[in-house]
Amino acid sequence: MAYALEIIDVHKVFNRGTINEKVALNGVNLNLNPGDFVTIIGGNGAGKSTTLNAIAGVWPIDAGKIIIDGNDITGLSEHKRAAYLGRVFQDPMTGTAATMDIEENMALAYRRGEHRTLRWGISKAEREEFREKLKTLGLGLEDRMTSKVGLLSGGQRQAITLLMASLKQPKLLLLDEHTAALDPKTAAKVLEISDKIIQENHLTAMMVTHNMRDAIAHGNRLIMMHEGRVIYDVSGEEKQKLQVKDLLSKFEEVSGSEFANDRMILA
Amino acid sequence: MEYFMSLNPVSLFRALPGSIAQGMIWGIMALGVYITFRLLDFADLTVDGSIATGAAVSVMLIRAGVSPVVSLPVAFLAGMLAGLITGLLNTLLGIPGILASILTQISLYSINLNIMGKSNQPVSVDNYPLVVSLRYVTDNAISRIVFFAGMIIFLLVLVAVLYWYFGTEQGHAIRATGCNGNMARAQGINTNFIKVLALMLSNGLVGLCGGMYAQFQGAADVNMGRGAIVIGLAAVIIGEVLFGKFASKRKFAFGFTLISVILGAVIYYMVYQFVLWLKMPSEDMKLFSAIVVAIFLAIPYLKEKRRLKKGVAK
Repeated sequence: MAYALEIIDVHKVFNRGTINEKVALNGVNLNLNPGDFVTIIGGNGAGKSTTLNAIAGVWPIDAGKIIIDGNDITGLSEHKRAAYLGRVFQDPMTGTAATMDIEENMALAYRRGEHRTLRWGISKAEREEFREKLKTLGLGLEDRMTSKVGLLSGGQRQAITLLMASLKQPKLLLLDEHTAALDPKTAAKVLEISDKIIQENHLTAMMVTHNMRDAIAHGNRLIMMHEGRVIYDVSGEEKQKLQVKDLLSKFEEVSGSEFANDRMILA
Repeated sequence: MEYFMSLNPVSLFRALPGSIAQGMIWGIMALGVYITFRLLDFADLTVDGSIATGAAVSVMLIRAGVSPVVSLPVAFLAGMLAGLITGLLNTLLGIPGILASILTQISLYSINLNIMGKSNQPVSVDNYPLVVSLRYVTDNAISRIVFFAGMIIFLLVLVAVLYWYFGTEQGHAIRATGCNGNMARAQGINTNFIKVLALMLSNGLVGLCGGMYAQFQGAADVNMGRGAIVIGLAAVIIGEVLFGKFASKRKFAFGFTLISVILGAVIYYMVYQFVLWLKMPSEDMKLFSAIVVAIFLAIPYLKEKRRLKKGVAK
């Protein structure tokens, strides 16, 4: 069986040749099996979000290959890769169009990767389907389908973005610190929704997080990144037994440096 | 006192139908500005050139014997071409939007001169069966009624077509691209293509307006587009300020918004006429328009700032 995702020796340097030169990805290798739900942790600048952006094609990579479900997407532009990917971002503003209705946003997502024609942008049947899906969130949004998304809270917007990412089954779901901007209670709710959507749709997913407890509690696999590489990869039973202190000592052992990020330790 | 005595209300009343007609024609251009400025979030200065391009194309075709009616869709296409150039400069060559549009605008000045052969070309309603003309407004009551009825029907059809278009998948893609490019790309929308498309549609409308306005005033002039963007913005803003709340609460809100943009242009030209009537020198009118637009563009920003100062939570 083909891997859901293969990342082969991917390199990326930002601002090459300038004083701000930064090696962001330094030979990332990673294979995901279909159905894998991987959480990604690491210090600031470790390359977590950069890896997700490389997969999404926000900019071209310098070297390496990215293959999704057997399709080499390395040379594809961002909007073409969207056919394979569901994405939720750290900033709740990024995932939705604020000046458009909830149902219009969902209709846009429903057509992800398809050619935009002169057919009507949203059909009656779709509206019903969206209403049913919104009901499952339990946020009462099914009664506000013609409200502008800009009027919603950050948590509501992330919940809708999650729903949108799964409306059209993606080959891979990318969650880029999607709860980092939310208060703890809302973050927990959005994580719960994430789990549910991933399970129900049998999605392959990657979740970047700063929160080690979340990284341990969610998913079947965990990777740690440091200086643009994957330095630790654990799955199955071994992952289930992990504790925060294991991760801390693992980090020190593999990277040879102290884990100097209060946010990760205290979170 | 003498000043007030010299103001003749009858002359204002006589001039109003003409300015209303002018405003209705410029309303088409304002719709184009609305598409780029509000929906696409792109300050497109191409319009100063493409409006004269539409005028030049329409007038030269009519003078060459083409039907005035047929010349208008061609003016629309000429405007689209101008939008295409701005779009490609921006998306294909990476030139910042506003600069790309200025480059197109400047080059259109030469192109328009080349189309016309000189800076001004007349088309008299005496010699050609023009689609619109100031003559139809001033001639007699019947021709006036026919003119305004025709204009209103045409504008309503135009609004209906735009309402439909922005409700389609493609229209949704334009709105998403303007609102949030990251989101649009994440949904698989080719935002570069969509930008070019919206710029073409917008400038097509501006070109159409240019063709109609040239017929209306009986001439195309290479300078007729100078400051057109300001008039377009003024129309959009006046429409929003006066009718925004009314429009947004209605069913077909977007359709009402488009109508309010046209009304904004009509009101702009009525006020314009009024200020001229007050004997403000016509050469100062561009300054006046720019100040009005600057004030209305600043209001939302200043309101927000004041709210922050007061410390009112959102």
